[in-house]
Amino acid sequence: MSRSLGLNLALLAGIAVTVLLSLMAGKVWIPLDAWVAGDPRWPIIAELRMPRTVLAVLVGAALGLSGAAMQGYLRNPLADPGLFGVSSGAALGAVISLYFGYAASAWLLPAFALTGAGVTMALLALLVGRSGSIIVFTLAGVILSSVAGSMTALAISLAPTPFATSQIVTWLMGALTDRSWDDVWLALPLLALGGVLLALTSRTLDALTLGESAARSMGVDPLRLQLLIVIGVALCVGASVATAGIIGFVGLIVPHLVRPFVGNRPSAVLLPSALAGALLLLLADSLVRAMPTVSELRLGIAMSMLGGPFFLFLLLRMRRGLA
Amino acid sequence: MNVLAVEAITLTLGGRRVLDAVSAAFTPGRVTAVLGPNGAGKSTLLSCLAGLHTPDQGRVLVGGLPRAALGMRDLARQIGLLPQGADVHWDVDVATLVALGRYPHRARWGETEADRDAVARAMVATDVTQFATRAMTALSGGERARVLLARVLAGEPQWLLADEPLANLDPAHQLDTLECLRDVARSGAGVIVVLHDLNHAIQVADDVLLLCDSRIVAQGVPEDVLTPQRIAETYGVSSHIGTTPDGLRFIVTSQMAR
Repeated sequence: MSRSLGLNLALLAGIAVTVLLSLMAGKVWIPLDAWVAGDPRWPIIAELRMPRTVLAVLVGAALGLSGAAMQGYLRNPLADPGLFGVSSGAALGAVISLYFGYAASAWLLPAFALTGAGVTMALLALLVGRSGSIIVFTLAGVILSSVAGSMTALAISLAPTPFATSQIVTWLMGALTDRSWDDVWLALPLLALGGVLLALTSRTLDALTLGESAARSMGVDPLRLQLLIVIGVALCVGASVATAGIIGFVGLIVPHLVRPFVGNRPSAVLLPSALAGALLLLLADSLVRAMPTVSELRLGIAMSMLGGPFFLFLLLRMRRGLA
Repeated sequence: MNVLAVEAITLTLGGRRVLDAVSAAFTPGRVTAVLGPNGAGKSTLLSCLAGLHTPDQGRVLVGGLPRAALGMRDLARQIGLLPQGADVHWDVDVATLVALGRYPHRARWGETEADRDAVARAMVATDVTQFATRAMTALSGGERARVLLARVLAGEPQWLLADEPLANLDPAHQLDTLECLRDVARSGAGVIVVLHDLNHAIQVADDVLLLCDSRIVAQGVPEDVLTPQRIAETYGVSSHIGTTPDGLRFIVTSQMAR
Protein backbone atom coordinates (compact mmCIF):
# COMPACT_ATOMS: atom_id res chain seq x y z
CA MET A 1 0.00 0.00 0.00
CA SER A 2 2.62 2.54 1.06
CA ARG A 3 4.73 1.63 -1.94
CA SER A 4 1.90 2.64 -4.28
CA LEU A 5 1.21 5.79 -2.30
CA GLY A 6 4.85 6.85 -2.50
CA LEU A 7 4.98 6.29 -6.24
CA ASN A 8 1.69 8.10 -6.80
CA LEU A 9 2.87 11.14 -4.83
CA ALA A 10 6.18 11.17 -6.70
CA LEU A 11 4.36 10.98 -10.04
CA LEU A 12 1.98 13.78 -9.03
CA ALA A 13 4.91 15.95 -8.05
CA GLY A 14 6.58 15.10 -11.35
CA ILE A 15 3.46 16.09 -13.27
CA ALA A 16 3.17 19.39 -11.36
CA VAL A 17 6.78 20.35 -12.08
CA THR A 18 6.54 19.30 -15.73
CA VAL A 19 3.31 21.25 -16.19
CA LEU A 20 5.02 24.40 -14.91
CA LEU A 21 8.09 23.87 -17.09
CA SER A 22 6.06 22.99 -20.17
CA LEU A 23 4.03 26.17 -19.77
CA MET A 24 7.21 28.23 -19.58
CA ALA A 25 9.09 26.47 -22.36
CA GLY A 26 8.48 26.75 -26.09
CA LYS A 27 9.57 28.97 -28.96
CA VAL A 28 9.28 31.86 -26.48
CA TRP A 29 10.47 31.35 -22.91
CA ILE A 30 7.93 32.84 -20.52
CA PRO A 31 9.21 33.12 -16.94
CA LEU A 32 6.91 32.89 -13.94
CA ASP A 33 6.81 36.67 -13.38
CA ALA A 34 4.97 37.09 -16.70
CA TRP A 35 2.11 34.86 -15.52
CA VAL A 36 -0.29 37.71 -14.78
CA ALA A 37 -3.45 38.57 -16.62
CA GLY A 38 -2.21 41.96 -17.86
CA ASP A 39 1.07 40.73 -19.36
CA PRO A 40 1.20 40.61 -23.17
CA ARG A 41 2.66 37.08 -23.01
CA TRP A 42 -0.12 35.76 -20.81
CA PRO A 43 -2.46 34.83 -23.71
CA ILE A 44 0.28 32.55 -25.06
CA ILE A 45 0.05 30.59 -21.84
CA ALA A 46 -3.67 30.83 -21.22
CA GLU A 47 -4.91 30.20 -24.75
CA LEU A 48 -2.12 28.28 -26.52
CA ARG A 49 -0.01 26.34 -24.08
CA MET A 50 -2.45 25.66 -21.27
CA PRO A 51 -5.06 23.70 -23.26
CA ARG A 52 -2.33 21.69 -24.93
CA THR A 53 -0.68 20.87 -21.63
CA VAL A 54 -4.02 19.93 -20.05
CA LEU A 55 -4.82 17.70 -23.01
CA ALA A 56 -1.44 16.00 -22.84
CA VAL A 57 -2.10 15.19 -19.17
CA LEU A 58 -5.67 13.99 -19.82
CA VAL A 59 -4.89 11.90 -22.89
CA GLY A 60 -1.75 10.42 -21.34
CA ALA A 61 -3.65 9.47 -18.19
CA ALA A 62 -6.51 7.95 -20.18
CA LEU A 63 -4.16 5.89 -22.36
CA GLY A 64 -2.07 4.74 -19.40
CA LEU A 65 -5.15 3.72 -17.44
CA SER A 66 -6.70 1.96 -20.44
CA GLY A 67 -3.49 0.05 -21.05
CA ALA A 68 -3.27 -1.10 -17.43
CA ALA A 69 -6.93 -2.16 -17.43
CA MET A 70 -6.61 -4.02 -20.75
CA GLN A 71 -3.49 -5.85 -19.59
CA GLY A 72 -5.24 -6.81 -16.36
CA TYR A 73 -8.38 -7.90 -18.16
CA LEU A 74 -6.63 -9.94 -20.85
CA ARG A 75 -4.04 -11.11 -18.31
CA ASN A 76 -1.44 -10.35 -20.90
CA PRO A 77 1.37 -7.85 -20.36
CA LEU A 78 1.60 -7.19 -24.11
CA ALA A 79 -2.01 -6.03 -24.47
CA ASP A 80 -2.55 -2.51 -25.70
CA PRO A 81 -5.71 -0.38 -25.63
CA GLY A 82 -5.50 -0.22 -29.42
CA LEU A 83 -5.92 -3.97 -29.54
CA PHE A 84 -9.66 -4.13 -29.77
CA GLY A 85 -10.09 -1.79 -32.66
CA VAL A 86 -11.57 1.27 -31.00
CA SER A 87 -8.60 3.48 -31.83
CA SER A 88 -8.56 2.28 -35.46
CA GLY A 89 -12.32 2.84 -35.62
CA ALA A 90 -12.00 6.34 -34.21
CA ALA A 91 -9.17 7.05 -36.64
CA LEU A 92 -11.29 5.81 -39.54
CA GLY A 93 -14.09 8.16 -38.48
CA ALA A 94 -11.69 11.09 -38.41
CA VAL A 95 -10.18 10.10 -41.77
CA ILE A 96 -13.64 10.01 -43.35
CA SER A 97 -14.28 13.57 -42.21
CA LEU A 98 -10.91 14.64 -43.66
CA TYR A 99 -11.58 12.71 -46.88
CA PHE A 100 -14.73 14.69 -47.49
CA GLY A 101 -13.02 17.87 -46.38
CA TYR A 102 -15.28 18.40 -43.43
CA ALA A 103 -12.44 19.32 -41.11
CA ALA A 104 -13.30 23.00 -41.48
CA SER A 105 -15.39 22.99 -38.32
CA ALA A 106 -13.53 22.35 -35.08
CA TRP A 107 -16.22 19.95 -33.86
CA LEU A 108 -16.75 17.79 -36.92
CA LEU A 109 -13.55 15.78 -36.86
CA PRO A 110 -13.85 14.81 -33.19
CA ALA A 111 -17.54 14.06 -33.70
CA PHE A 112 -16.72 11.72 -36.60
CA ALA A 113 -13.92 10.10 -34.58
CA LEU A 114 -16.22 9.51 -31.63
CA THR A 115 -18.85 8.07 -33.95
CA GLY A 116 -16.19 5.74 -35.38
CA ALA A 117 -15.22 4.65 -31.86
CA GLY A 118 -18.87 4.11 -30.94
CA VAL A 119 -19.63 2.07 -34.05
CA THR A 120 -16.54 -0.11 -33.48
CA MET A 121 -17.55 -0.66 -29.89
CA ALA A 122 -21.07 -1.66 -30.90
CA LEU A 123 -19.70 -4.07 -33.51
CA LEU A 124 -17.33 -5.51 -30.95
CA ALA A 125 -20.20 -6.09 -28.51
CA LEU A 126 -22.19 -7.69 -31.32
CA LEU A 127 -19.34 -10.01 -32.33
CA VAL A 128 -18.51 -11.08 -28.81
CA GLY A 129 -22.14 -11.55 -27.88
CA ARG A 130 -22.87 -13.00 -24.49
CA SER A 131 -19.96 -15.42 -24.51
CA GLY A 132 -17.81 -13.31 -22.16
CA SER A 133 -14.84 -15.17 -23.63
CA ILE A 134 -11.50 -13.43 -23.74
CA ILE A 135 -10.29 -15.28 -26.83
CA VAL A 136 -13.37 -14.30 -28.83
CA PHE A 137 -12.97 -10.77 -27.51
CA THR A 138 -9.34 -10.52 -28.62
CA LEU A 139 -10.00 -12.04 -32.04
CA ALA A 140 -12.99 -9.74 -32.63
CA GLY A 141 -10.79 -6.77 -31.72
CA VAL A 142 -8.05 -7.83 -34.12
CA ILE A 143 -10.60 -8.30 -36.92
CA LEU A 144 -12.20 -4.91 -36.34
CA SER A 145 -8.90 -3.10 -36.12
CA SER A 146 -7.60 -4.65 -39.34
CA VAL A 147 -10.85 -3.88 -41.18
CA ALA A 148 -10.77 -0.28 -39.95
CA GLY A 149 -7.08 -0.09 -40.91
CA SER A 150 -7.76 -1.29 -44.44
CA MET A 151 -10.62 1.20 -44.86
CA THR A 152 -8.30 3.95 -43.71
CA ALA A 153 -5.69 2.88 -46.26
CA LEU A 154 -8.41 2.86 -48.91
CA ALA A 155 -9.45 6.40 -47.99
CA ILE A 156 -5.83 7.56 -48.29
CA SER A 157 -5.32 5.97 -51.71
CA LEU A 158 -8.63 7.31 -53.05
CA ALA A 159 -8.34 10.77 -51.49
CA PRO A 160 -9.76 13.40 -53.87
CA THR A 161 -6.82 15.80 -53.65
CA PRO A 162 -3.16 15.46 -52.71
CA PHE A 163 -3.93 17.98 -50.00
CA ALA A 164 -6.51 15.66 -48.45
CA THR A 165 -4.00 12.79 -48.64
CA SER A 166 -1.33 14.71 -46.82
CA GLN A 167 -3.85 15.99 -44.29
CA ILE A 168 -5.00 12.46 -43.53
CA VAL A 169 -1.48 11.07 -43.28
CA THR A 170 -0.35 13.88 -41.03
CA TRP A 171 -3.40 13.58 -38.81
CA LEU A 172 -2.95 9.84 -38.42
CA MET A 173 0.44 10.40 -36.85
CA GLY A 174 -1.16 11.99 -33.85
CA ALA A 175 -0.27 15.31 -32.26
CA LEU A 176 -1.45 17.90 -29.79
CA THR A 177 -0.49 20.89 -31.96
CA ASP A 178 -2.91 23.83 -32.01
CA ARG A 179 -5.42 22.39 -29.59
CA SER A 180 -7.82 24.79 -27.91
CA TRP A 181 -9.98 24.76 -24.81
CA ASP A 182 -12.81 23.47 -27.01
CA ASP A 183 -10.92 20.19 -27.40
CA VAL A 184 -10.39 20.01 -23.66
CA TRP A 185 -14.11 20.49 -22.94
CA LEU A 186 -14.98 17.89 -25.54
CA ALA A 187 -12.61 15.27 -24.19
CA LEU A 188 -12.80 15.88 -20.46
CA PRO A 189 -16.29 14.50 -19.67
CA LEU A 190 -15.76 11.41 -21.86
CA LEU A 191 -12.35 10.68 -20.41
CA ALA A 192 -13.61 11.20 -16.86
CA LEU A 193 -16.53 8.85 -17.37
CA GLY A 194 -14.28 6.23 -18.99
CA GLY A 195 -11.80 6.58 -16.15
CA VAL A 196 -14.50 6.04 -13.53
CA LEU A 197 -15.77 2.92 -15.30
CA LEU A 198 -12.27 1.47 -15.47
CA ALA A 199 -11.61 2.31 -11.82
CA LEU A 200 -14.71 0.27 -10.93
CA THR A 201 -13.10 -2.85 -12.37
CA SER A 202 -10.01 -2.78 -10.15
CA ARG A 203 -10.85 -5.48 -7.59
CA THR A 204 -12.48 -7.69 -10.17
CA LEU A 205 -9.29 -7.54 -12.25
CA ASP A 206 -7.41 -8.75 -9.18
CA ALA A 207 -9.78 -11.70 -8.82
CA LEU A 208 -9.17 -12.55 -12.46
CA THR A 209 -5.54 -13.24 -11.58
CA LEU A 210 -6.75 -16.69 -10.50
CA GLY A 211 -8.26 -17.48 -13.88
CA GLU A 212 -11.81 -17.31 -15.12
CA SER A 213 -13.29 -20.30 -13.23
CA ALA A 214 -11.92 -19.27 -9.87
CA ALA A 215 -12.97 -15.66 -10.44
CA ARG A 216 -16.49 -16.67 -11.34
CA SER A 217 -16.71 -18.96 -8.34
CA MET A 218 -15.82 -15.93 -6.20
CA GLY A 219 -18.78 -14.03 -7.60
CA VAL A 220 -17.23 -12.19 -10.56
CA ASP A 221 -19.76 -11.49 -13.31
CA PRO A 222 -17.73 -11.81 -16.54
CA LEU A 223 -20.28 -9.98 -18.66
CA ARG A 224 -20.47 -7.00 -16.34
CA LEU A 225 -16.68 -6.84 -16.26
CA GLN A 226 -16.44 -7.03 -20.04
CA LEU A 227 -19.02 -4.28 -20.41
CA LEU A 228 -17.17 -1.99 -18.00
CA ILE A 229 -13.85 -2.63 -19.75
CA VAL A 230 -15.21 -2.21 -23.27
CA ILE A 231 -17.13 0.99 -22.57
CA GLY A 232 -14.43 2.41 -20.30
CA VAL A 233 -11.60 1.79 -22.76
CA ALA A 234 -13.74 2.91 -25.71
CA LEU A 235 -14.52 6.23 -24.02
CA CYS A 236 -10.91 6.82 -23.00
CA VAL A 237 -9.35 5.76 -26.29
CA GLY A 238 -12.12 7.18 -28.48
CA ALA A 239 -11.92 10.61 -26.87
CA SER A 240 -8.11 10.50 -26.95
CA VAL A 241 -8.00 9.71 -30.67
CA ALA A 242 -10.68 12.31 -31.36
CA THR A 243 -8.58 15.05 -29.82
CA ALA A 244 -5.01 13.90 -30.41
CA GLY A 245 -5.01 11.28 -33.18
CA ILE A 246 -3.41 7.90 -32.74
CA ILE A 247 -0.70 7.94 -30.12
CA GLY A 248 0.53 4.41 -29.65
CA PHE A 249 2.65 2.70 -27.04
CA VAL A 250 1.66 4.83 -24.02
CA GLY A 251 -0.85 2.24 -22.88
CA LEU A 252 1.58 -0.58 -23.54
CA ILE A 253 4.71 0.89 -21.97
CA VAL A 254 3.43 2.64 -18.90
CA PRO A 255 2.11 -0.35 -16.91
CA HIS A 256 5.51 -2.01 -17.38
CA LEU A 257 7.24 1.05 -16.01
CA VAL A 258 5.20 1.11 -12.82
CA ARG A 259 5.06 -2.64 -12.02
CA PRO A 260 8.59 -2.82 -10.61
CA PHE A 261 7.51 -0.21 -8.04
CA VAL A 262 4.03 -1.37 -7.06
CA GLY A 263 4.02 -5.09 -7.85
CA ASN A 264 1.99 -7.03 -10.37
CA ARG A 265 -1.45 -6.86 -8.74
CA PRO A 266 -3.66 -5.39 -11.51
CA SER A 267 -5.53 -2.95 -9.26
CA ALA A 268 -2.30 -1.58 -7.82
CA VAL A 269 -1.11 -0.77 -11.35
CA LEU A 270 -4.16 1.27 -12.44
CA LEU A 271 -3.69 4.65 -10.74
CA PRO A 272 0.11 4.82 -11.10
CA SER A 273 -0.32 3.92 -14.79
CA ALA A 274 -2.69 6.84 -15.29
CA LEU A 275 -0.29 9.22 -13.58
CA ALA A 276 2.79 7.86 -15.35
CA GLY A 277 0.93 8.01 -18.68
CA ALA A 278 0.14 11.67 -18.05
CA LEU A 279 3.74 12.39 -17.16
CA LEU A 280 5.16 10.47 -20.13
CA LEU A 281 2.93 12.11 -22.71
CA LEU A 282 3.46 15.55 -21.18
CA LEU A 283 7.23 15.10 -21.28
CA ALA A 284 7.16 13.81 -24.85
CA ASP A 285 4.87 16.62 -26.02
CA SER A 286 6.94 19.28 -24.28
CA LEU A 287 10.05 17.88 -25.96
CA VAL A 288 8.63 17.87 -29.48
CA ARG A 289 7.30 21.38 -28.89
CA ALA A 290 10.56 22.77 -27.55
CA MET A 291 12.85 21.04 -30.05
CA PRO A 292 14.31 23.49 -32.55
CA THR A 293 13.07 21.65 -35.65
CA VAL A 294 11.63 23.51 -38.64
CA SER A 295 8.28 21.78 -38.52
CA GLU A 296 7.28 20.19 -35.25
CA LEU A 297 7.97 16.48 -34.82
CA ARG A 298 4.62 14.69 -34.56
CA LEU A 299 3.93 13.37 -31.07
CA GLY A 300 2.69 10.04 -32.42
CA ILE A 301 6.01 9.52 -34.20
CA ALA A 302 7.99 10.47 -31.13
CA MET A 303 6.08 7.90 -29.07
CA SER A 304 6.57 5.18 -31.70
CA MET A 305 10.28 5.94 -31.72
CA LEU A 306 10.28 5.33 -27.98
CA GLY A 307 8.01 2.31 -28.30
CA GLY A 308 10.13 0.23 -30.69
CA PRO A 309 13.24 0.12 -28.53
CA PHE A 310 11.06 -0.46 -25.49
CA PHE A 311 9.53 -3.52 -27.10
CA LEU A 312 13.03 -4.74 -27.87
CA PHE A 313 14.00 -4.24 -24.24
CA LEU A 314 10.95 -6.24 -23.11
CA LEU A 315 11.84 -9.02 -25.50
CA LEU A 316 15.43 -9.19 -24.31
CA ARG A 317 14.37 -9.23 -20.68
CA MET A 318 11.82 -11.95 -21.40
CA ARG A 319 14.45 -13.99 -23.21
CA ARG A 320 16.81 -13.65 -20.27
CA GLY A 321 14.00 -14.83 -18.01
CA LEU A 322 13.49 -17.91 -20.17
CA ALA A 323 17.16 -18.79 -20.43
CA MET B 1 -30.35 -28.37 8.04
CA ASN B 2 -27.54 -26.78 6.11
CA VAL B 3 -27.00 -29.19 3.29
CA LEU B 4 -25.80 -28.84 -0.25
CA ALA B 5 -27.73 -30.99 -2.68
CA VAL B 6 -28.42 -31.58 -6.33
CA GLU B 7 -31.81 -32.91 -7.36
CA ALA B 8 -31.97 -34.81 -10.63
CA ILE B 9 -29.69 -32.39 -12.49
CA THR B 10 -29.16 -32.91 -16.18
CA LEU B 11 -26.74 -30.89 -18.25
CA THR B 12 -25.87 -31.06 -21.94
CA LEU B 13 -22.70 -29.30 -23.12
CA GLY B 14 -21.69 -29.17 -26.76
CA GLY B 15 -24.26 -31.82 -27.69
CA ARG B 16 -23.00 -34.28 -25.11
CA ARG B 17 -24.96 -35.15 -21.99
CA VAL B 18 -22.38 -34.60 -19.25
CA LEU B 19 -24.71 -35.07 -16.28
CA ASP B 20 -27.77 -37.28 -16.43
CA ALA B 21 -30.33 -37.10 -13.63
CA VAL B 22 -27.71 -36.79 -10.93
CA SER B 23 -29.02 -36.52 -7.37
CA ALA B 24 -26.84 -36.27 -4.30
CA ALA B 25 -26.77 -34.58 -0.92
CA PHE B 26 -23.67 -33.49 0.93
CA THR B 27 -23.34 -33.05 4.67
CA PRO B 28 -21.26 -30.45 6.53
CA GLY B 29 -18.34 -31.78 8.53
CA ARG B 30 -17.76 -34.65 6.14
CA VAL B 31 -15.38 -35.24 3.27
CA THR B 32 -17.06 -36.57 0.15
CA ALA B 33 -14.81 -37.96 -2.57
CA VAL B 34 -16.18 -37.77 -6.12
CA LEU B 35 -14.74 -40.64 -8.13
CA GLY B 36 -15.13 -41.96 -11.61
CA PRO B 37 -13.26 -42.47 -14.88
CA ASN B 38 -12.16 -39.55 -17.08
CA GLY B 39 -15.12 -37.80 -18.63
CA ALA B 40 -17.61 -39.20 -16.12
CA GLY B 41 -18.83 -35.70 -15.21
CA LYS B 42 -16.97 -35.17 -11.92
CA SER B 43 -15.66 -31.68 -12.69
CA THR B 44 -18.97 -30.67 -14.24
CA LEU B 45 -20.78 -31.71 -11.08
CA LEU B 46 -18.44 -29.46 -9.10
CA SER B 47 -19.04 -26.63 -11.58
CA CYS B 48 -22.79 -26.97 -11.14
CA LEU B 49 -22.43 -26.91 -7.36
CA ALA B 50 -20.23 -23.81 -7.57
CA GLY B 51 -22.62 -22.04 -9.91
CA LEU B 52 -20.36 -22.00 -12.97
CA HIS B 53 -22.86 -24.07 -14.92
CA THR B 54 -26.62 -24.03 -14.66
CA PRO B 55 -28.25 -27.44 -15.14
CA ASP B 56 -30.78 -27.76 -17.96
CA GLN B 57 -33.08 -29.69 -15.66
CA GLY B 58 -33.19 -30.29 -11.94
CA ARG B 59 -31.95 -27.92 -9.30
CA VAL B 60 -29.11 -27.20 -6.94
CA LEU B 61 -30.08 -26.55 -3.32
CA VAL B 62 -27.81 -24.54 -1.05
CA GLY B 63 -28.86 -24.66 2.60
CA GLY B 64 -32.32 -25.75 1.52
CA LEU B 65 -32.78 -22.86 -0.91
CA PRO B 66 -32.67 -23.17 -4.69
CA ARG B 67 -29.37 -21.76 -5.93
CA ALA B 68 -31.10 -19.20 -8.12
CA ALA B 69 -32.58 -17.61 -4.98
CA LEU B 70 -29.08 -16.71 -3.81
CA GLY B 71 -27.11 -13.86 -5.34
CA MET B 72 -23.72 -14.57 -6.90
CA ARG B 73 -21.98 -12.94 -3.98
CA ASP B 74 -23.97 -14.91 -1.42
CA LEU B 75 -23.21 -18.13 -3.22
CA ALA B 76 -19.53 -17.22 -3.48
CA ARG B 77 -19.37 -16.64 0.27
CA GLN B 78 -20.78 -20.08 1.00
CA ILE B 79 -19.02 -22.14 -1.64
CA GLY B 80 -15.29 -22.01 -2.33
CA LEU B 81 -13.98 -23.65 -5.49
CA LEU B 82 -10.42 -24.77 -6.05
CA PRO B 83 -10.36 -25.37 -9.83
CA GLN B 84 -8.19 -27.95 -11.49
CA GLY B 85 -4.61 -26.90 -12.22
CA ALA B 86 -5.45 -23.39 -10.99
CA ASP B 87 -3.59 -20.72 -12.92
CA VAL B 88 -1.96 -17.64 -11.48
CA HIS B 89 -1.70 -15.06 -14.23
CA TRP B 90 0.30 -12.36 -12.50
CA ASP B 91 3.34 -13.00 -10.41
CA VAL B 92 2.07 -11.57 -7.11
CA ASP B 93 3.36 -12.40 -3.66
CA VAL B 94 1.81 -15.15 -1.56
CA ALA B 95 0.02 -12.90 0.95
CA THR B 96 -1.57 -10.91 -1.88
CA LEU B 97 -2.72 -14.07 -3.60
CA VAL B 98 -4.29 -15.54 -0.47
CA ALA B 99 -6.04 -12.21 0.21
CA LEU B 100 -7.77 -12.50 -3.18
CA GLY B 101 -9.89 -15.19 -1.53
CA ARG B 102 -11.62 -12.43 0.44
CA TYR B 103 -13.17 -11.05 -2.74
CA PRO B 104 -16.73 -12.25 -1.97
CA HIS B 105 -16.59 -10.64 1.49
CA ARG B 106 -14.81 -7.39 1.01
CA ALA B 107 -16.34 -3.97 0.99
CA ARG B 108 -15.46 -1.88 -2.05
CA TRP B 109 -12.66 -0.03 -0.32
CA GLY B 110 -10.14 -1.25 2.16
CA GLU B 111 -9.65 -4.35 4.17
CA THR B 112 -11.27 -5.09 7.53
CA GLU B 113 -9.93 -6.79 10.64
CA ALA B 114 -12.03 -9.84 9.74
CA ASP B 115 -10.37 -10.01 6.31
CA ARG B 116 -6.88 -9.93 7.80
CA ASP B 117 -7.79 -12.56 10.40
CA ALA B 118 -9.28 -14.92 7.85
CA VAL B 119 -6.23 -14.60 5.59
CA ALA B 120 -3.87 -15.23 8.51
CA ARG B 121 -5.88 -18.28 9.64
CA ALA B 122 -5.96 -19.73 6.14
CA MET B 123 -2.20 -19.32 5.85
CA VAL B 124 -1.64 -21.05 9.19
CA ALA B 125 -4.00 -23.89 8.27
CA THR B 126 -2.10 -24.62 5.07
CA ASP B 127 1.28 -23.88 6.63
CA VAL B 128 2.30 -21.18 4.15
CA THR B 129 2.80 -18.29 6.59
CA GLN B 130 6.56 -18.49 6.18
CA PHE B 131 6.25 -17.77 2.43
CA ALA B 132 4.03 -14.70 2.89
CA THR B 133 6.34 -12.27 1.11
CA ARG B 134 7.63 -14.68 -1.54
CA ALA B 135 6.62 -14.38 -5.18
CA MET B 136 4.35 -17.13 -6.53
CA THR B 137 6.90 -18.03 -9.21
CA ALA B 138 9.51 -18.68 -6.53
CA LEU B 139 7.49 -21.54 -5.02
CA SER B 140 7.72 -25.27 -5.66
CA GLY B 141 4.70 -27.14 -7.01
CA GLY B 142 3.73 -28.38 -3.56
CA GLU B 143 4.04 -24.96 -1.95
CA ARG B 144 2.05 -23.42 -4.75
CA ALA B 145 -0.77 -25.93 -4.32
CA ARG B 146 -0.95 -25.13 -0.62
CA VAL B 147 -1.08 -21.39 -1.30
CA LEU B 148 -3.92 -21.88 -3.77
CA LEU B 149 -5.79 -23.92 -1.17
CA ALA B 150 -5.16 -21.13 1.35
CA ARG B 151 -6.77 -18.71 -1.11
CA VAL B 152 -10.01 -20.72 -1.04
CA LEU B 153 -9.92 -21.14 2.75
CA ALA B 154 -9.45 -17.39 3.19
CA GLY B 155 -13.00 -17.00 1.89
CA GLU B 156 -14.17 -19.08 4.89
CA PRO B 157 -16.55 -21.13 2.76
CA GLN B 158 -19.07 -23.47 4.33
CA TRP B 159 -18.38 -25.76 1.39
CA LEU B 160 -14.98 -26.45 -0.08
CA LEU B 161 -15.02 -27.93 -3.58
CA ALA B 162 -11.61 -29.11 -4.76
CA ASP B 163 -11.04 -30.47 -8.25
CA GLU B 164 -8.10 -32.86 -8.26
CA PRO B 165 -6.07 -30.93 -5.69
CA LEU B 166 -3.42 -33.68 -5.56
CA ALA B 167 -2.34 -33.52 -9.21
CA ASN B 168 1.40 -32.86 -9.59
CA LEU B 169 2.15 -33.34 -5.91
CA ASP B 170 4.67 -35.78 -4.47
CA PRO B 171 3.36 -38.39 -1.97
CA ALA B 172 4.29 -36.35 1.10
CA HIS B 173 2.51 -33.25 -0.18
CA GLN B 174 -0.46 -35.33 -1.26
CA LEU B 175 -0.83 -36.59 2.30
CA ASP B 176 -0.39 -33.07 3.67
CA THR B 177 -3.14 -31.79 1.41
CA LEU B 178 -5.48 -34.64 2.35
CA GLU B 179 -4.82 -33.91 6.01
CA CYS B 180 -5.64 -30.27 5.37
CA LEU B 181 -8.95 -31.23 3.75
CA ARG B 182 -9.75 -33.39 6.78
CA ASP B 183 -9.01 -30.41 9.06
CA VAL B 184 -11.39 -28.26 7.06
CA ALA B 185 -14.12 -30.86 7.50
CA ARG B 186 -13.30 -31.17 11.20
CA SER B 187 -13.84 -27.43 11.56
CA GLY B 188 -17.42 -27.95 10.39
CA ALA B 189 -17.31 -27.20 6.69
CA GLY B 190 -18.35 -29.69 4.04
CA VAL B 191 -15.59 -30.86 1.69
CA ILE B 192 -16.26 -32.25 -1.77
CA VAL B 193 -13.15 -33.38 -3.57
CA VAL B 194 -12.60 -34.92 -6.98
CA LEU B 195 -9.94 -37.61 -6.78
CA HIS B 196 -8.43 -40.11 -9.18
CA ASP B 197 -6.54 -42.31 -6.78
CA LEU B 198 -8.86 -44.77 -5.05
CA ASN B 199 -6.41 -45.12 -2.18
CA HIS B 200 -6.58 -41.42 -1.47
CA ALA B 201 -10.35 -41.72 -1.48
CA ILE B 202 -10.47 -44.48 1.12
CA GLN B 203 -7.93 -42.58 3.20
CA VAL B 204 -9.68 -39.25 3.32
CA ALA B 205 -13.35 -39.74 2.50
CA ASP B 206 -16.29 -40.20 4.83
CA ASP B 207 -18.51 -40.67 1.80
CA VAL B 208 -17.85 -41.62 -1.78
CA LEU B 209 -19.82 -40.66 -4.86
CA LEU B 210 -19.02 -42.85 -7.84
CA LEU B 211 -19.85 -41.45 -11.27
CA CYS B 212 -19.72 -43.22 -14.59
CA ASP B 213 -21.00 -42.08 -17.99
CA SER B 214 -22.67 -38.98 -16.55
CA ARG B 215 -24.68 -40.93 -13.98
CA ILE B 216 -24.25 -41.82 -10.34
CA VAL B 217 -23.32 -45.47 -10.00
CA ALA B 218 -23.17 -45.64 -6.23
CA GLN B 219 -22.87 -43.46 -3.16
CA GLY B 220 -22.17 -44.21 0.48
CA VAL B 221 -19.26 -45.00 2.76
CA PRO B 222 -16.07 -46.05 0.91
CA GLU B 223 -16.16 -49.67 2.14
CA ASP B 224 -19.59 -50.19 0.62
CA VAL B 225 -19.08 -48.32 -2.63
CA LEU B 226 -15.62 -49.44 -3.62
CA THR B 227 -16.05 -53.16 -4.17
CA PRO B 228 -13.97 -55.07 -6.72
CA GLN B 229 -17.08 -55.67 -8.79
CA ARG B 230 -18.01 -51.97 -8.98
CA ILE B 231 -14.45 -50.94 -9.70
CA ALA B 232 -14.42 -53.44 -12.55
CA GLU B 233 -17.72 -52.11 -13.89
CA THR B 234 -16.81 -48.42 -13.78
CA TYR B 235 -13.06 -48.34 -14.44
CA GLY B 236 -12.69 -51.58 -16.35
CA VAL B 237 -9.82 -52.81 -14.16
CA SER B 238 -9.61 -55.67 -11.75
CA SER B 239 -8.71 -54.84 -8.19
CA HIS B 240 -7.51 -56.36 -5.01
CA ILE B 241 -8.54 -54.79 -1.70
CA GLY B 242 -6.38 -55.46 1.32
CA THR B 243 -5.38 -54.15 4.73
CA THR B 244 -1.89 -53.32 5.95
CA PRO B 245 -0.71 -54.80 9.27
CA ASP B 246 -1.54 -51.49 10.98
CA GLY B 247 -5.05 -51.40 9.60
CA LEU B 248 -4.78 -49.11 6.53
CA ARG B 249 -6.95 -50.25 3.67
CA PHE B 250 -5.52 -50.20 0.17
CA ILE B 251 -6.60 -51.03 -3.36
CA VAL B 252 -4.27 -52.43 -5.98
CA THR B 253 -5.56 -52.36 -9.53
CA SER B 254 -4.42 -54.37 -12.51
CA GLN B 255 -5.52 -54.92 -16.07
CA MET B 256 -8.47 -57.22 -16.55
CA ALA B 257 -7.70 -60.69 -17.79
CA ARG B 258 -8.86 -60.99 -21.38
